[in-house]
Amino acid sequence: MAEWTEEITHIAGTNLAIVKGGKGKPLLILHEELGHPGWMSYHQELAKDRTLIIPIQPGYGKSPRVEQIRNVHELGLFYSWVLNEMNLAPIDVIGFSIGGWTAAEMATANSKIFRKMMLVAPSGIKPADGEILDIFAVTIGTQLNATVHDATAAPEFRKLYGGERTPEQFESFEEARTESARIAWDPILNNPSLSYFLQGVKGLPTHIVWGREDATVPVSAADAYKAALKNTDVKLTIFDGCGHRPEIEKSAEFVKLVREFLA
Amino acid sequence: MHIMYFTERPYRDVPEDEVIKNRSFFGVPNRFYDAQVGARLYNEYLDEDVYAEEVGFDAIMLNEHHGNPFCMGAVMNVEAAILARITKKVRIVLLGNPLPVVKNPVRLAEELAEIDLISKGRLVPGWVRGAGSEQIFNQANPAYNREYFNEAHDLVLACWTKPGPFRWEGKHFNFRYVNPWALPYQKPRPPIWIPGVISAETVVWCAKHRYPYIGLGTALQSTVELWNLYGQTAADEGYMAGTENFGYLQQIHVAETEEEAQKQGRAAMFGGGAANFSRPEHTLPPGYNSKEATRRLAKQATDYGFLGITSEKLKESQSGDVRHIGIPKQNGDTREKLRKGEISVEEAKKKIYANYQKAQDGLQIIIGTPKTVIPKLKLIMEVLRPGVFGLFQAQGPLTTQQRLTSIRLMGQEVLPAMREIAKGLGIVDPFEREPGSRPYTSGTQYDSLVDLEALKRAPKRDESVRV
Amino acid sequence: MILMYFTERPYRDVPEDEVIKNRGFFGVPNRFFDREVGARLYNEYLDEMVYAEDEGFDAIMLNEHHGTPFCMGAVMNVEASILARITKRARIVLLGNPLPTFKNPLRIAEELATIDCISHGRLVPGWVRGAGSEQIFNQANPAYNRERFEEAHDLILAAWTRPGPFRWEGKHFNYRYVNPWVTPFQKPHPPIMIPGVLSPETVVWCAQHRYPYLGLGTALSATAELWNIYGDTAAKEGYVAGSENFGYLQHVFVAETEEKAQELGKAHLFGGGQGAFSRPEHTLPPGYNSKEATKRLARTMTAGSGGFLGVSAEQLGRSKSNDDQPANLQAVADSTRRRLARGEATIDEAKVAIYKSYQKAQDGLQIITGTPKTVIPKLRRILEVLRPGTFGVFQSQGPVSFEDRMTSIRLLGQEVLPAVREIGKELGIQDPFERQPGSRPYTTGTQRDQLVSLDALRANA
Repeated sequence: MAEWTEEITHIAGTNLAIVKGGKGKPLLILHEELGHPGWMSYHQELAKDRTLIIPIQPGYGKSPRVEQIRNVHELGLFYSWVLNEMNLAPIDVIGFSIGGWTAAEMATANSKIFRKMMLVAPSGIKPADGEILDIFAVTIGTQLNATVHDATAAPEFRKLYGGERTPEQFESFEEARTESARIAWDPILNNPSLSYFLQGVKGLPTHIVWGREDATVPVSAADAYKAALKNTDVKLTIFDGCGHRPEIEKSAEFVKLVREFLA
Repeated sequence: MHIMYFTERPYRDVPEDEVIKNRSFFGVPNRFYDAQVGARLYNEYLDEDVYAEEVGFDAIMLNEHHGNPFCMGAVMNVEAAILARITKKVRIVLLGNPLPVVKNPVRLAEELAEIDLISKGRLVPGWVRGAGSEQIFNQANPAYNREYFNEAHDLVLACWTKPGPFRWEGKHFNFRYVNPWALPYQKPRPPIWIPGVISAETVVWCAKHRYPYIGLGTALQSTVELWNLYGQTAADEGYMAGTENFGYLQQIHVAETEEEAQKQGRAAMFGGGAANFSRPEHTLPPGYNSKEATRRLAKQATDYGFLGITSEKLKESQSGDVRHIGIPKQNGDTREKLRKGEISVEEAKKKIYANYQKAQDGLQIIIGTPKTVIPKLKLIMEVLRPGVFGLFQAQGPLTTQQRLTSIRLMGQEVLPAMREIAKGLGIVDPFEREPGSRPYTSGTQYDSLVDLEALKRAPKRDESVRV
Repeated sequence: MILMYFTERPYRDVPEDEVIKNRGFFGVPNRFFDREVGARLYNEYLDEMVYAEDEGFDAIMLNEHHGTPFCMGAVMNVEASILARITKRARIVLLGNPLPTFKNPLRIAEELATIDCISHGRLVPGWVRGAGSEQIFNQANPAYNRERFEEAHDLILAAWTRPGPFRWEGKHFNYRYVNPWVTPFQKPHPPIMIPGVLSPETVVWCAQHRYPYLGLGTALSATAELWNIYGDTAAKEGYVAGSENFGYLQHVFVAETEEKAQELGKAHLFGGGQGAFSRPEHTLPPGYNSKEATKRLARTMTAGSGGFLGVSAEQLGRSKSNDDQPANLQAVADSTRRRLARGEATIDEAKVAIYKSYQKAQDGLQIITGTPKTVIPKLRRILEVLRPGTFGVFQSQGPVSFEDRMTSIRLLGQEVLPAVREIGKELGIQDPFERQPGSRPYTTGTQRDQLVSLDALRANA
């Protein structure tokens, strides 16, 4: 039996590809701006006792673009609609990078949509120190490089991106960057109102995870998120020697953290 | 034939090493801009335009680029406004305002109308999607580039032709009270020309709108393909395309003697030329190219050095540290080597200038006396038969006098020869014959837009050489 | 003193009945725009400006209005560009680009820098919030008017003075790569001048920025009041304000004979003049004015003319006028318009009402028309009251021939300007190029310059 499947469902007015795998309570995963990376070791681990539900964001892969999603907040509204249609709410969620930002937006609209929320290095709030990397004005190589602290120490990263670039890979990167540019070009990868509305989130245990050496979204943004989520129970974990992708740079620790948090 | 004088109005004083170190013109920090130099250069370029009119050019062409010493025309409409008043006969051809970056198309409509009025109907507005660097500089979302372009185009035309007040509620622009009190002199609207490099979509769009398409110094083979595509689209639209539907821009420098010309002409290689216009990440921001264009670009081995959009650049745009990231197929590029510190600025410079002869051989630049440049122009004219021809003054640190001499020699000797050749080839321009005015009955033969025999005689461009 | 020539560059051929029927210049349908007339007029206005420079004006002032035959300077930077090249000495004073209407203020920074370079440093950029009609025409949210003004202002200055590339992430504007390859000729940046009508917030803002403030033909007493506010703010900021911090725009039309001047001067009331600039709904869109400004507007507008741009107490719904002051022309204009709107008056009756106020307009100094001999004393009075370092002469609106307009420029240049300069000298007036605005430190407790002469104001009331 395959570890995971990808199915296309007609839902929320569009055809949405959803990757699904594992067994147990559903766990929503919102992938980052370069797209769903494939079935990584952390997926494999978590799938042992959770059913992972990974929607492929409209505009990526087999999910066609939804023009009415004009910004990340509306992406959140879209996912909320999907969850409600599938009767999955309230659900646990892990959001990575722009996926984390999206989860935060969903929580501001209706925090009851989630039982527990983990945000892994989310963009969406401007950090007090440093700038969010403008991923749209750098090469893909620079963007990829900036997602990890030490590529040699992250074997899964090399597995993904080492070797010759195929035309297909190039195209899928371009597609991913196009869609994220479309919805997050201006303001530059943030929503100035998000921290205000996050104050309205109550009763939603949240865990913020970051790598201290994050070169994509500076770690000081973690404090901004924590401060904004002042009215709910929020924890913050920062990994040392880690960049923007703790889930592949510190896979084992990350999985442990998730299991503890979602227990 | 309608012959235009064009210069990018380069900021010629930029230190070449800074350009090479930066691996492109775009993004060289503006602390190298000296306003005194800028003031002098702007005025000298205007003097050139006035002089070009005197010596017989039919038009002055301008273009727009932002944040780039390659071209000082960040707001070319400033220069266009001045030309409207200080020239008397020449057309003022803008190739082109980058519509997606302007943000207020109604203001643009007013602005261009004013210029057309002041010039008493000599404006030829042209529009472009804008290079990638313009999107980044102006904060224009590249994913919506084509949509912005199309909607802004429609809105400007509506401002000019639909009586106000009216409301415009589009996808990207809303205006609740459109009633401009500046409308163009030319009715129903000024003629519109569209310049382009490699985009088939643009060519098709032009043909559908019956706008002349101006090829910006693209390789002859590819240009021929694009023009045939235009011709086919025209036929589908029910009209016959002809020389009046096309224009071509050619970089050129003319001097009194061949020796002087060859010496001065090296300036055209300055900083790596148009191939170093902007770095890959600024040339092709995400969403700028459609999927098909991206695919085609990746596959094509042809060289479109203008604005530096090449298959290499495409691959470069993926590049990063080889150790971590997928190894780009093309390793030998000078800029990649520079970026990785494998060669010095001096070595990079040598490589650039080493291509000088090849750039001439491939007709990217034409350098010589009137006697030696005319046959080369003749060949291009035979192959492409463009109704509009732009002579693009060489970039780089030529002196003012050298530039003026080139203009004089072009006006006095090259232009008359070109007009003769054009007559012989039966070339008519868009003012002699309205583009799109000749109906096409399907099944019948339509005009051959290009001369494939002449193309065989034309030199092939060396793909590794870019100017 | 800096003496400026100004014209709105009106589309003089617009049929007056259409303006009156429309109850405002803004919004007269553009089918009345004729290209031959437009082309001729733009070029004639440029001829006037070159001529004004020849005849001794120190500066040419331009302004910007959209969608109205009242002013053809929809994109005044087009004319400014041309002046940069075809004039030699005159400063090019833009009063002003309406910043909130710009969706791409970085482009304006590049544009103005280009103009300053081409003119070898003769640009004086000025900025305004823009009339209500500009917001509507340009789809600029009036509720954010002041914020957009301030942020665009800050962004333009940054683009001019801060080395690039840098990122700008503001509330209303974001730019990821600011690195303009044209920066102004004048360093650190061109001198900025801000025109205004009635807004105390604008005056305070100017004083805080040490920008000269130019009153656009506002009633003398209201203007004096605003200038004292400026002076108070300046003191708080630690500097002494003086004549170099102020300017004033005044309609002046000159002819060879008094008879001709009286006949032609009437043209300034054409279509209802400034009072008919735009209808109320276009003048004050929602959110445009702060609460305090609205209150003050209501008070000051009853003090006389204030017809500039047609912002009046009437338009705020107040029906009472202050009997101490000269007749409220705006009230006349507004009541005529309301009657027109209700069909209680015909166009001809409205026209009669408009032109009936001609003498009062002269008495109230909204219109100054005469021979050099008769206009100079009136200008003296204004100069004595307001002591402005910059003085703009506002050419007549309305159907005056090109020749008569040129004659006015000639007579102004040859006879009026020299006299005005003499008066300026006598009054000790300094302009912003003779004395840098904000350059004189103020020590608390010491005496400040007298900015206006209330004695002169009372003496001439």
